[in-house]
Amino acid sequence: MSVDLADVLVDVDVVLCCGAGGVGKTTTAAALGLAAVRAGRGRVLVLTIDPARRLADALGLESFGNVETAVVVPGAPAGSELWVAMLDTSASWDDLVRTHAPDPITMERILSNQLYRNITQRFVQSHDYIAMERLHAVHQSGRYDLIVIDTPPSRNALDFLDAPSRMTDFFSSSLLKWITLPYRLGGERVGRLGYLASKPFYQVADRILGSQFLADIAEFFLLFQTMYDGFVHRATDVERLLHRRSTRFVVVSSLEPAPLQEAEFFLAELGRRSLSIGALVLNRVLPELLFDPDARRLAARLVDPAGGEDPNIPATERRTMKRAAMAFLDLAALGDAERTARSTLANPPTCVIEVPLVPLDLQDLGGLVALADLLWPARTTVKRSARSRKTPP
Amino acid sequence: MTTDLFDRRLLIVTGKGGVGKTTVAAAIAWQAASSGKRVLVCELDAKGDLLGALTGADAVRSRPLAFEPREVHPRLHAMVMDPEASLQEYLKLNLRIPFVGRIGALSKAFDFLANAAPGVREIVTIGKLAYEVRERHYDLVVADAPSTGHIVGLLRAPEAINELVGVGLIRSQTRWIIDILHDAATTGVVVTTTSEELPVNECIELLGRLRGDLAVAPEALVVNRLLPQSIVASDSVAIARLAERVDPSSQPAKAKVLAGALLLDALSSARAPHLDRLLAGWNGPLALVPTVTHRPTGLAVTRAVAQHLAEELSTSSAPSDSRSPR
Repeated sequence: MSVDLADVLVDVDVVLCCGAGGVGKTTTAAALGLAAVRAGRGRVLVLTIDPARRLADALGLESFGNVETAVVVPGAPAGSELWVAMLDTSASWDDLVRTHAPDPITMERILSNQLYRNITQRFVQSHDYIAMERLHAVHQSGRYDLIVIDTPPSRNALDFLDAPSRMTDFFSSSLLKWITLPYRLGGERVGRLGYLASKPFYQVADRILGSQFLADIAEFFLLFQTMYDGFVHRATDVERLLHRRSTRFVVVSSLEPAPLQEAEFFLAELGRRSLSIGALVLNRVLPELLFDPDARRLAARLVDPAGGEDPNIPATERRTMKRAAMAFLDLAALGDAERTARSTLANPPTCVIEVPLVPLDLQDLGGLVALADLLWPARTTVKRSARSRKTPP
Repeated sequence: MTTDLFDRRLLIVTGKGGVGKTTVAAAIAWQAASSGKRVLVCELDAKGDLLGALTGADAVRSRPLAFEPREVHPRLHAMVMDPEASLQEYLKLNLRIPFVGRIGALSKAFDFLANAAPGVREIVTIGKLAYEVRERHYDLVVADAPSTGHIVGLLRAPEAINELVGVGLIRSQTRWIIDILHDAATTGVVVTTTSEELPVNECIELLGRLRGDLAVAPEALVVNRLLPQSIVASDSVAIARLAERVDPSSQPAKAKVLAGALLLDALSSARAPHLDRLLAGWNGPLALVPTVTHRPTGLAVTRAVAQHLAEELSTSSAPSDSRSPR
């Protein structure tokens, strides 16, 4: 391997891991953070989305949540620390409102609005949005040398990139102005609605949703609009943050056809948006030994009834070897399928990391360290932290 | 009840991301169409994998699926969900609002509604499926549903709308959708998983919710991509002992064959407890589907999976070949 993660992530302080579901994205993000700590990259935060119990175990934590928590990494170089947090959408939204509401009364009214609860908890894109808000906040804090984010499992996995601009578009939409019009005019709500009920738009909206619901929506958005300027401001900041050279995207995939297709789509889309690709991590790749021509020939002969038997080998051993050969060939067939899938990859990035499939025991940090070493092989010289290596622009 | 999976009217296929939901949904649809049923299969998350599973990768690029169903094989119709188009269809059918078709702002209005009012996107999605069931345009509707995290929101959408919206037309329209979803003879969820730890965890959690607050019957459990079962416990001990005695430098090929066999054994043993845990809490219809490695992927894999599902989940006689779609 000519280019590895240590090369690609020099001077990088934000890494976003993206990929299809089920490819080991969360574990890869955690292992990457751990590897960076072991390589002496300073204070590293891993911000994960997936509440995997197993990951908490692997990190030696009872549990972890919205608040950043330190993980003990034995043998970490001085000044290098691993921190983890799991994004809690609901709690992060509440924090956001507490921080940015114009006054305590508006804050209380937003937090107690029933639509607010529903939207922040159920509305899927709100997850994407809050992940970007959180990235913005931790980056602004300057507490970390490297932030590794495990991106939300969106319907369309790059949706989170557009979440900030979608949110600002949303609050400035002309439709919102229509809906909130009767309330912005002031006066008695129901009376105003009664007056406007003659307009076709409100007639349709009222028939579909009912006027009480419309009133709830309007109140919620009127309150939320008080924070509009802040949303626009931070959306612009996040956009800038994502496009810097020191922010890198790491695409994670397995060698199954569907995730690989998705990975390819991500890579193309990242390129189209002029975002910096760090690496493609191919996870759980079957090992090289399955492709050894001599081993394959031997296995084929062993399972062939007409293959002939070596009389010098005892019968029990012959039987065992035949069983082993069958298993070997079964796994080799899966290996062939992987290679075929891999060969369809048209434009791989310069840094492609293959993590061989090993039955990992993620009961404690040891398993994660093993994975970290596969992902980012340790070098004899310890890299200095990103901060001290900053080159002039 | 003597009816089986293929006698339901609406089957919703779900599971953690990456476990092969689309292939299983395509396989169920293929199998039902093979046995002479008129089938609609609907991809809910518009990733474009469904058409690939029903045909091949080339067809996906040339002519992707649309909201308007298309007959991709005899009796097998496929569509992709578009919540906005679904809302438009709904408004046309139910409200007879004359200007809906002409409103340029409808898409903006929908965007707004879907973002502002939780459950709107979900209700027009589940509503479209239920509508096709109610209107009996098809014998069977199969939904290639989003992953476990989103399925709960989808199945709960009618109730969520009821809680939120006091009055209004949408509310009055949720009752029949709820009736269709909660009738176990009509609707079933096919829960798909692999035997890996995290998919199994999500699967167990979902089964609990389906039986509990969601009250939508889990119809069948499909364990997909099982590793080849070429080693039994007694073999693995013998293979491990032999591997210790073989010197890799003098007998490299032999050592590699043994190492490959031990790797498969280690992978299987790592998964075994999760599969056991899953099956301990399930006594309904079950299909165990091994990893299928046909090339090229697409229909060949779907057909192989369909055959497994038919053998393990269907109590009725096997379909005759003459009726099978091409």
